[in-house]
Amino acid sequence: MHGLKNAANPLARRWFLQQCGVGLGAVALRQMLHASDPLAPKQPHHKPTAKNVIFLFMGGGPSHLEIFDHKPELARHEGTLPPENLLEGYRAAFIDPSSTLLGPKFKFSRHGESGAELSELVPHTASIADDIAIVKSMVTDAFNHAPAQVMMSTGTQQFGRPSMGAWTLYGLGSESRDLPGFVVFSSGQKGPSGGNTNWGSGFLPSMYQGVQFRTSGDPVLYLSNPAGVDRQLQRDSLDSIRRLNSIRLGEVGDPEIETRINSFEMAYRMQQSTPELMDIAQEPQHVLDMYGAEPGKPSFANNCILARRLVERGVRFVELFHESWDQHGDLISGLQKNCKDTDQASAALVKDLKQRGLLDGTLVLWGGEFGRTPMVQGGTDDGRDHHPNAFTIWLAGGGIKPGITIGKSDDLGFNVIEDRVHVHDLHATLLHVLGFDHTKLTYRFQGRDFRLTDVAGEVATKLLA
Amino acid sequence: MVRVVWLLVYGVAVSFAAEGVDFSQDIEPIFRAKCYACHGEGQQLGQLRLDSRSVAMEKGPSGPRIVRHEPEASSIYQRVAGLGEGNRMPMGGQLAVDEIASIRAWIEQGAIWPEGSGIDAGLSRHWAFVPPERPELLPRPSDWGSNPIDSIVLAKLEAEGLTPSPRAAKDTLLRRLSLDLTGLPPTVEETDRFLADTGQGAYGRLVERLLASPHYGERWGRIWLDAARYADSDGFEKDKPRQVWFYRDWVVNALNEDMPYDRFVVEQIAGDLLPGATQDGRVATGFLRNSMINAEGGANPEQFRMEAMFDRMDAIGKAVLGLTVQCAQCHDHKYDPITQRDYYRLFAFINSSHEASQPVYTPAEDQLRAEIFAGIHEIEQDLRRRAPDWRARMGAWERDEASAQPEWTVLDTHIKLGSGEKYLVLPDKSLLAEGFAPTRSVVNPEGRLESGRINAFRLEVLTDPRLPLSGPGRSLLGTAALTEFEVEAAPSSDPEAWKKVALSRATADLNPPITWLDPFLFPDQDGKRRVLGDVGFAIDGFEMSAWNIDAGPGRRNTPHNAVFQLKEPLVADEPLHLKFHLSMKHGGWNPDDNQSLNLGRYRLSYTSEENAAADPLPAHVRKIVSSVPPERRTPEQEAAVFGYWRTTVAEWAEANRRIEELWKRYPEGSSQLVMHERAEPRVTSMLQRGDFLRPTEQVEAGVPGFLHDMPDLADIPGRVAFAHWLVDRSSPTTARSIVNRIWQGHFGTGIVETAEDLGRQSADPSHPKLLDWLAVELMENGWSLKHIHRLIAASETYQQSSHVSPELLESDPNNRLLARGSRFRVDGELVRDIALAASGLLTPEIGGEPVYPPAPEFLFLPPISYGPKRWYVDDGAQRYRRGIYAFRYRSVPFPVLSTFDTPTGDFSCVRRDRSNTPLQALVTLNETVFMEAARELGRRTLGEGGASDRQRVDYAFRRVLSRAPRQAERAELLSLLDGQRKRIESGDLNAPELAFGDRPVGTADGGEPDTTELAAWTAVSRVLLNLDETITRE
Repeated sequence: MHGLKNAANPLARRWFLQQCGVGLGAVALRQMLHASDPLAPKQPHHKPTAKNVIFLFMGGGPSHLEIFDHKPELARHEGTLPPENLLEGYRAAFIDPSSTLLGPKFKFSRHGESGAELSELVPHTASIADDIAIVKSMVTDAFNHAPAQVMMSTGTQQFGRPSMGAWTLYGLGSESRDLPGFVVFSSGQKGPSGGNTNWGSGFLPSMYQGVQFRTSGDPVLYLSNPAGVDRQLQRDSLDSIRRLNSIRLGEVGDPEIETRINSFEMAYRMQQSTPELMDIAQEPQHVLDMYGAEPGKPSFANNCILARRLVERGVRFVELFHESWDQHGDLISGLQKNCKDTDQASAALVKDLKQRGLLDGTLVLWGGEFGRTPMVQGGTDDGRDHHPNAFTIWLAGGGIKPGITIGKSDDLGFNVIEDRVHVHDLHATLLHVLGFDHTKLTYRFQGRDFRLTDVAGEVATKLLA
Repeated sequence: MVRVVWLLVYGVAVSFAAEGVDFSQDIEPIFRAKCYACHGEGQQLGQLRLDSRSVAMEKGPSGPRIVRHEPEASSIYQRVAGLGEGNRMPMGGQLAVDEIASIRAWIEQGAIWPEGSGIDAGLSRHWAFVPPERPELLPRPSDWGSNPIDSIVLAKLEAEGLTPSPRAAKDTLLRRLSLDLTGLPPTVEETDRFLADTGQGAYGRLVERLLASPHYGERWGRIWLDAARYADSDGFEKDKPRQVWFYRDWVVNALNEDMPYDRFVVEQIAGDLLPGATQDGRVATGFLRNSMINAEGGANPEQFRMEAMFDRMDAIGKAVLGLTVQCAQCHDHKYDPITQRDYYRLFAFINSSHEASQPVYTPAEDQLRAEIFAGIHEIEQDLRRRAPDWRARMGAWERDEASAQPEWTVLDTHIKLGSGEKYLVLPDKSLLAEGFAPTRSVVNPEGRLESGRINAFRLEVLTDPRLPLSGPGRSLLGTAALTEFEVEAAPSSDPEAWKKVALSRATADLNPPITWLDPFLFPDQDGKRRVLGDVGFAIDGFEMSAWNIDAGPGRRNTPHNAVFQLKEPLVADEPLHLKFHLSMKHGGWNPDDNQSLNLGRYRLSYTSEENAAADPLPAHVRKIVSSVPPERRTPEQEAAVFGYWRTTVAEWAEANRRIEELWKRYPEGSSQLVMHERAEPRVTSMLQRGDFLRPTEQVEAGVPGFLHDMPDLADIPGRVAFAHWLVDRSSPTTARSIVNRIWQGHFGTGIVETAEDLGRQSADPSHPKLLDWLAVELMENGWSLKHIHRLIAASETYQQSSHVSPELLESDPNNRLLARGSRFRVDGELVRDIALAASGLLTPEIGGEPVYPPAPEFLFLPPISYGPKRWYVDDGAQRYRRGIYAFRYRSVPFPVLSTFDTPTGDFSCVRRDRSNTPLQALVTLNETVFMEAARELGRRTLGEGGASDRQRVDYAFRRVLSRAPRQAERAELLSLLDGQRKRIESGDLNAPELAFGDRPVGTADGGEPDTTELAAWTAVSRVLLNLDETITRE
């Protein structure tokens, strides 16, 4: 019943060969081993509505109260203490939880036919209000950055578990012959708090981990030939390597040599295709303008265009980290800057995918690791602490119902009161649109079948189209 | 309607089944076929597992699952029969009528579930929970193999109708053994020597030579370091650098010395508590301290201490016991008989230590220290000799000058939350800073004066084992700097009316001369230069200067005190609120690199006496003077008092100066995270779902019942007893676990494939007798790991050729039967080491500080790294050290290694993945040092490889692969060489660039290099370094 279990595991491979390999010659066997390439495209459990994912990870914890979750009551109660019963058992990262409430700092209005309520900070997101589904009822378990990011990425606060992208690649394989199936970009003020664990493969085979790309210098580590090695020499060298490896293969018979030959050839193809892929100057000016992208100047906007270009080339999972949403202070100016950096490009990405007919098969996910406290941090009424009890994300495409808002937080934006969507539920939903029953996409490790959703998770059916 | 029909059917079925339902024959098969998928080993929906008698018989979430004789009251029956409210089971289908009837009848008849069915019975009998015994080996009439490994392997091969492969070629064996035992390929000379040694015992001599090589410890030490989750940084968001490389070197040295494995484990668990503990023993406890530390601003230190404790349990489980104990952190283990209580009882053994660090010194530094202490001793002896009345004079000084100290009243202070730094109030009313250390901050302890007056405040800065090197500060050296000391007071009747208290004079027992703040360690983005110096800087109202709380190497981690006199006494006509401003603005600009100079532990007091000044006596001297009468002092105590008193004697200025000169030579040393036992043991409680805020029941330290008993070890500390228990001769898993991993290192896969787990869910051992035999061999031969390597290397099994026929590949693709030698890609570190060694670039130095090989700078800067990290690319020899020495940041691992599956050290790893990816090809083709290796190999080939192209190709080939090329291989390389020569000559290829890159390289003979030839040979060398065989152990 665990259809995909251990596809890449030697034990499984042994079974595969023992059960199916009887009587086959070496050539056929080698073909079979090749066919059991763990990155080969695979069928999920049911018909998927999305085959690609673009995750816009807003690291640091964007304030739901300033951007998405309009709370007039919070404004009315500004300067007063939150009700005591709200704070029972509540732990904050920096502040004494018994700090005064801080009203929202930006104006809200309704947008689109759906009438989604968004603040003035995100006018471009407002323009795609009818294309996205807003979830105002997100909940997570952790209130420090690293554990909460790792929770969002892997479904647990423990380091060492596979990330969403790794699970996706494990489940669906890759459709790109020249590019990694899971690509990660970073922008913003800082790097991800959870580090490489955010796109790690955990206990899954390491071929499923995310590969970091960047928009200046070598897009992929060691992609360029060293000084003095021109394209012809690289090709000549690879031909020699291939021929010598083939001689060895003939002598020792180890099919792993065949895999090595293929790895080198794919490396060469990556060298040829990646520079073209990364060259966003090829995009027409109106597309660049739509995103607010400037070729040659690293930015979240450039990364958004690249995300689209990667999806066009069959890359399964693209993750864009933008870490700068930790507004303990400078809430107003910090949010203005962050939204200026991300709002237009995020909206453009959705529009662009839609125009190209790619949105149907691509899930776009925008969100951070937690929200921010309704209580103030700092003496200048211009900061909020980390808040795990309620926050907002949005999704678009890939079988998500457009133009809806689900979930509610209470009048202060403190706790979720309707349609609670825990991070586990988000993961279950993500896997669902990709065609998986999240309880059945498992991998055996240390004697246990692990899953992205641990032992929890319910598909948020209200989000499905 | 349907219900009626069913009931009718039951009537029939019951009579049909009433004769006597047998659980094993009638019921278990139904459960297995229809229920286990959701209620078995794999998952336990509704917390039910029908393969476990004890679980099935429990009360479930929707009522009693099985009520004997009462099917209708049993939820299992209700569910399968479709009665009641719950979903009918099994989901998506129904049981057959007779199956339902059987279950009904079985329950009616008393639900007899014999012991010995289901997993409960199997638990304690699992093979790995029975101590290994030397298996009886049938003497075999066979000419294959001389040692029992071979007879066990051969028996299985014969049973499968297979025969062993022939012995591998001599050069293959040499390269195989060299890589397996030292991680380095043989040199051409070593190859020649071995091929020429045709005498009896040549192979045995080779094994001994390699086992005696210091590189053996590097190779197998690195494998242990995976299990010990070694890394040079803290992990999590800040991922600050830490100093733990003394531990890394301890592991390498211990293996090189073939330290018995039982002692190797005991020292790592409790080396600090063993009688006569040395620096080495304390360093060994770094094993437990390799856990990650979360120092982000919002982190609660106790929460993450608990996380570290869980990590230690996990590491002990995987590295030592070979069991997945961490499953029991939140609940009883699902598969192995480890209960949650067992888990926390084990936990209690290691739960009473401080997270400490201590200074550590290399042997050379230690010698220097000994010389300095001897020098000081000599000068002091000389002073005593020249002043025979020194005791009387010292006594007079004590009475007249050293005794008068003001009466101090310690203030009760507390600190409100602020910058993310956390504060513990200790029993002596001192404050201990923990967690995130901001680089620039003002801390505001607040207190209260009920009545009386204040003429001076005293600030004591104190040591504590939880601070870096015991403090008193929070810098990496345990030092601190106080930028400003200010006080405000407000009457309790008007608590907001703060008034600044004017200070007139500051005194301290430590007044270092003025120095610049090190702009390298504590950079200031504004480019301003800050100064450090005497305590006056703390009240000069100037933010660029600070009191330097650093007495220099050898003396810096000691308490100090400063006294601040008030201009006007503060008089409490009514109770006064006091608010201190301890300004610490001398950290670095970057809060992510641990460069703060914050106070670590401190205490505030006041006195009403006038003209109070800081106590000039060091704290330990003051303690002796005030509590031990001169006639009752030990010689050490007397020497301590003398050591301070002599500094007050005016005519000894020259001697004092000479002693100060000696102190200036004192080595900085390094630091090492260690275990440091608390005076008061911690109480250990079980934690609900592992949540540190939800302790349930207190537990005492103890060991699980299903494992071996705790030996009678009365009167030794619990952690030591635990350490001895782990390696007790009767432990069923300890020896098996380590010999299995040695096997894994040699064969690519362990005898038990799941090296981290020998428990019930483990893969079956391929050769159970072999595992037991090796385990017993280990224990009966003084736990010598080298003994196991010798046995394995000597076996014919190990020496088989790894060539595989299609037929054999088909019947045993993963070589579990061992009808051939193993062939697999070497570990990540070795991929790089081979290129360095084969090219001749390798710097074979053993041990020392981590190094920084070339790596792209952007990796260590945002937005890739959370914060900026240090990575000073080494030039010269350090650039070419082995991979084990490359600095290991957990969040940004050195990509050359991590691309080849080296673990990050986030958690214990005893089995690496071995992937084969295009990114790996990019590393070996294009990475800086790999290219440098190609150039160097080309240069050496040209200089040392003979006169003809053919000789040179053979030479380069042998440097890399330790064998001569076949004809076709040689032809391929010669053709490549020719082709590139032609391209260079035609101007098509830039020879200088290819030959030299941006680093000038001289020729071996110092002559003018032939650039064309260098370039062409670089191309050939690069191909050789990129072959599959190059990075493969064949």
